[in-house]
Amino acid sequence: MATIFIDNAPYTVKDGQNLLHACLSLGFNIPYFCWHPALHSVGACRQCAVKQFRDEQDTRGKIVMSCMTPAAEGTRISIDDPDVKRFRRSVIEWLMTNHPHDCPVCDEGGECHLQDMTVMTGHDYRRFRFRKRTYRNQHLGPLVNHEMNRCIQCYRCVRFYRDYAGGRDLDVFASHNHVFFGRHADGVLDNEFSGNLVEVCPTGVFTDKTFKEHSTRKWDLQTAPTVCVHCGLGCNTIAGERYGSLRRILNRYNHEVNGYFICDRGRFGYGFVNSGERIRTPMVRRSKAGKMEPISKEDVLKHLEGMLYFGARVIGIGSPRASLESNFSLMTLVGREHFFAGIPEQEQGLIGRIVDMLSEGPAPAASLKDAEEADAVLVLGEDIANSAPRLSLSLRQAALNKPMEIARKMRIPEWSDAAVRTALQGQRGPLFLATTAVTKLEEIASGVVHAAPDDIARMGFGVAREIEGGARGAALPAGEMSSFARAAADALKNAERPLVVAGTGCGSEAVIRAAAQAARALCSAGKEARLLYIVPECNTLGLGLMTRKHLGDAFRAAGAGPADIVIILENDLFRRADETQVKEFFRGFRQVIVVDQVRTGTTRVADVLLPACTFAESQGTYVSSEGRAQRSFKVYLPEGDIRESWRWMADMAEIAGRPEGKAWRNIDHVVKALAEAMPVFEGIGHAAPQAGFRVNGLRIPRQSHRASGRTAVSADMDVHEPKPPVDSDSAFSFSMEGYEGMPPPALIQRYWSPGWNSVQALNKFQEEVAGPLRGGDPGVRLLAQGSLESPAYSGEIPPPFAAREDSWLLVPLYHIFGSDELSTFSPVIAGLAPGPYIGIGEADMKRLGISEGDAVVVTLPGLSRVLPVKKIAGLPQGIAGMPAGLMPAGWIGLPAWAEMVKKNGG
Amino acid sequence: MISIIRTIWKVFLHQFRKRVTIQYPEERASLAPRWRGRIILSRDPDGGERCVACYLCAAACPVDCISLQATEDENGRRYPEFFRINFSRCIFCGFCEEACPTYAIQLTPDFEMAEYNRRNLVYEKEDLLISGPGKYPEYNFYRIAGLAISGKDKGEAENESAPVDVKGLMP
Ligand code: SF4
Ligand code: SF4
Ligand code: SF4
Ligand code: SF4
Ligand code: FES
Repeated sequence: MATIFIDNAPYTVKDGQNLLHACLSLGFNIPYFCWHPALHSVGACRQCAVKQFRDEQDTRGKIVMSCMTPAAEGTRISIDDPDVKRFRRSVIEWLMTNHPHDCPVCDEGGECHLQDMTVMTGHDYRRFRFRKRTYRNQHLGPLVNHEMNRCIQCYRCVRFYRDYAGGRDLDVFASHNHVFFGRHADGVLDNEFSGNLVEVCPTGVFTDKTFKEHSTRKWDLQTAPTVCVHCGLGCNTIAGERYGSLRRILNRYNHEVNGYFICDRGRFGYGFVNSGERIRTPMVRRSKAGKMEPISKEDVLKHLEGMLYFGARVIGIGSPRASLESNFSLMTLVGREHFFAGIPEQEQGLIGRIVDMLSEGPAPAASLKDAEEADAVLVLGEDIANSAPRLSLSLRQAALNKPMEIARKMRIPEWSDAAVRTALQGQRGPLFLATTAVTKLEEIASGVVHAAPDDIARMGFGVAREIEGGARGAALPAGEMSSFARAAADALKNAERPLVVAGTGCGSEAVIRAAAQAARALCSAGKEARLLYIVPECNTLGLGLMTRKHLGDAFRAAGAGPADIVIILENDLFRRADETQVKEFFRGFRQVIVVDQVRTGTTRVADVLLPACTFAESQGTYVSSEGRAQRSFKVYLPEGDIRESWRWMADMAEIAGRPEGKAWRNIDHVVKALAEAMPVFEGIGHAAPQAGFRVNGLRIPRQSHRASGRTAVSADMDVHEPKPPVDSDSAFSFSMEGYEGMPPPALIQRYWSPGWNSVQALNKFQEEVAGPLRGGDPGVRLLAQGSLESPAYSGEIPPPFAAREDSWLLVPLYHIFGSDELSTFSPVIAGLAPGPYIGIGEADMKRLGISEGDAVVVTLPGLSRVLPVKKIAGLPQGIAGMPAGLMPAGWIGLPAWAEMVKKNGG
Repeated sequence: MISIIRTIWKVFLHQFRKRVTIQYPEERASLAPRWRGRIILSRDPDGGERCVACYLCAAACPVDCISLQATEDENGRRYPEFFRINFSRCIFCGFCEEACPTYAIQLTPDFEMAEYNRRNLVYEKEDLLISGPGKYPEYNFYRIAGLAISGKDKGEAENESAPVDVKGLMP
């Protein structure tokens, strides 16, 4: 701690911080552009000037950049000194000499950091009478819009894109006052974090192109805190609505989870909510051969009354993309023994194993923050940039932790970004990747092997054995693999906070055990080791904690005896199991009731179809891969008869005569019942304040205090304004009325503070800039740490993979755009997703005598399909890949052995 | 008593004063151009819609009676897809006009908007858009803004130099 003097008043700040960081944390307003809490300082924009004085006697002082000056003991500065105020005003004036007259047509307007800073410095009138410099824009793809005239040359974009996110195709070009930020030529930005440019750029150069399609000002968006539903990491987001459609997703800061950034799938995947494929009314099929007919909510409930009589044999299929509350209400409706996770047997086995490892093993589950702080990382079998995108950004930062010692030795403060990067000379810390094919993170990895899932597992066991000094575990594999394993083991052993990452990605249970084994070995060596398992969907882990039963069990249960009804919750079984098997399963029931958001193969065969809310229209709790239960809130009310899945379940429970039907009036009742029914979920009530929560008797408003149009929005239908609906499930109101101050951290619905209209108002919501949110970061970790003596680790070490002569082991290959189900209903994401293909390595392509684009017949037992060939670098011989989630109807349980022949005449 | 007589006398004298009440509607008052009456949306001198759908009027309106949705046409011009003013709520304060950065929304010296049915006081864009520039004949936002639209490329707005050649090496 150091004492510094700001305008002669003493303040205590953290030693070694820069003055800008310290002053913002203290609540002072100093304008800045190039500094970013995650990107640190470069001193490029000259906006953050303050006056520094040598001592009390010094009255002249000198102007310094606060972002480049350490807050050392006794530092004396002035923020309000007239000279420095004039200086800051002049800097803005210079920046503005070329600025276009664009605010009214600029998507940044109203949430523009440049606007805010201009007002803050007091520059108000243009004196510059000469010509403005102009640029031509580039087409950067369907996600990010480019309007280069608005650039103020702060360099944040390239520093984020290149230095932070590892992108290559965005750079700065030209010289002097011609510098240009863009690509070498038009083209789609290929970094999976490009969407963050929208928030990082303090001006309207980079804006959200999907938002532009239905552009709305920030002050008009009705917003609520949500949780991303597109992968298992559970990034926190803010979703905004206007006129009944979802308009955009922004990052929501959670120090422990996603920090300042989310991936492009999370930011741009929201289109499914507005999609034409949404189910908007209940539908029934009156006879098995008949057509689906729309029906009202009242009538469909009456229709269900005829079926859900007491004693009806009903089974329920839950979903990893539905909330805990929805799954639990289905479980309650059908009874625990009739509830099955809608996940294939093999995958559910992996998830069960993950739950075991996390709850029994000594290494705690890593949060994204933990991952970012790791100083050595081993990844087993995951293509992280595609299966858990945000994590790859964390690992890119983790790779700098070890080399940071160099900078520390040279006494370069960590925030002095350019100096640190110069000192590091591109060095990276230990990151070891064992994957089935080439992955994006390889460019920064210290060791890479490509191997079959079984060999990856052997590698993990080998690493564990090396760490333990050869006590147990597999003997090291030979050749290249052994040197990899040794190097990885060495690096992990020498680290302080090693991290092991694995997951369901390569479909191998042994890989999951191997990762836990390695983490345990590290723990027994006294390291603060962490373990991170990547799971595919937003509530995979939650459902895994709820039940171990899987689709195979459901199929067997249906086959075993007569059943009347199956209720399927937000799940497309055709993505989970073989087509014929699923059809057969459905035939066993008199009625198939499906509750879902979008039209899928499963909703097409339903006898009763109930429209469910998406995340944006419903409230729910999701458990992320870290075991963190996080609450997501509804942004707006759904239209018509679309309802939350748990409400449909509660109604059905009422029809079936269960007491819960009447008792569950709001979601807190469901949460409470779940916490009581299953000890592991005991804590979920604390994930966010409950419905009765008020601040000074007031609700938290979803709309900003400047929301416009309330007396005109629906005036074309009725001149009498409707009363705002009341939200019985949460503390939020559907209007601008309510508590205007800072809400509790789990209820932050937008970042705004007087004078700070842009997302950078976030500074005011943190205890300390870039630190935890005031009041603590939201979410409750459900998994307690186990012990070193856990029994779960026993199990076989698989034999080495042996390539076969005439068949190939098919493994899943992941795509950030495409592998997730819901986001592919968003037109932009669908446009970026690849089509179905068969991925083959170079050697095998030669062996088969095929080249890229050729058609190949892939045959599995009882299934055959013609697919175009795509060359996948790194795939070992004997292994082929298929894009996960992108295969047309008819599922293939991977990994599986398949035969391939070149299609003749194809 | 005296005061009563004085009052009667004063009232009597008023008979010979000049009349200020006019016989509306036969006779009409002449209103200043800055009179704040019925709101219109104007066009720029080229005939293009002036409103760029920036939402500022809606934000400024104290009774929240303006609502609109922005969109973009094939020429790159932004315009309101719909634009609605609920005149049964409008207090004719003129804040919207003051907030408007393009001089699109203007209040006019017309107050004859009485309706039997309140619904008829909800004006849509078709009811609001006129064919001229209103009070500001010269102003053309797109001639000044940096955004390129068809017919006005980058560097062709007022006070702009030609787009820089990012591949050029000259200092
Ligand atoms: S970047 Fe900001 S200041 Fe510049 S035109 Fe856009 S809103 Fe206005
Ligand atoms: S494009 Fe944006 S982030 Fe990049 S230098 Fe310009 S203003 Fe800064
Ligand atoms: S990393 Fe996963 S949770 Fe995070 S934004 Fe992307 S898809 Fe969503
Ligand atoms: S005159 Fe005033 S009340 Fe009427 S629309 Fe304009 S801002 Fe709103
Ligand atoms: S913020 Fe300090 S110089 Fe840019």
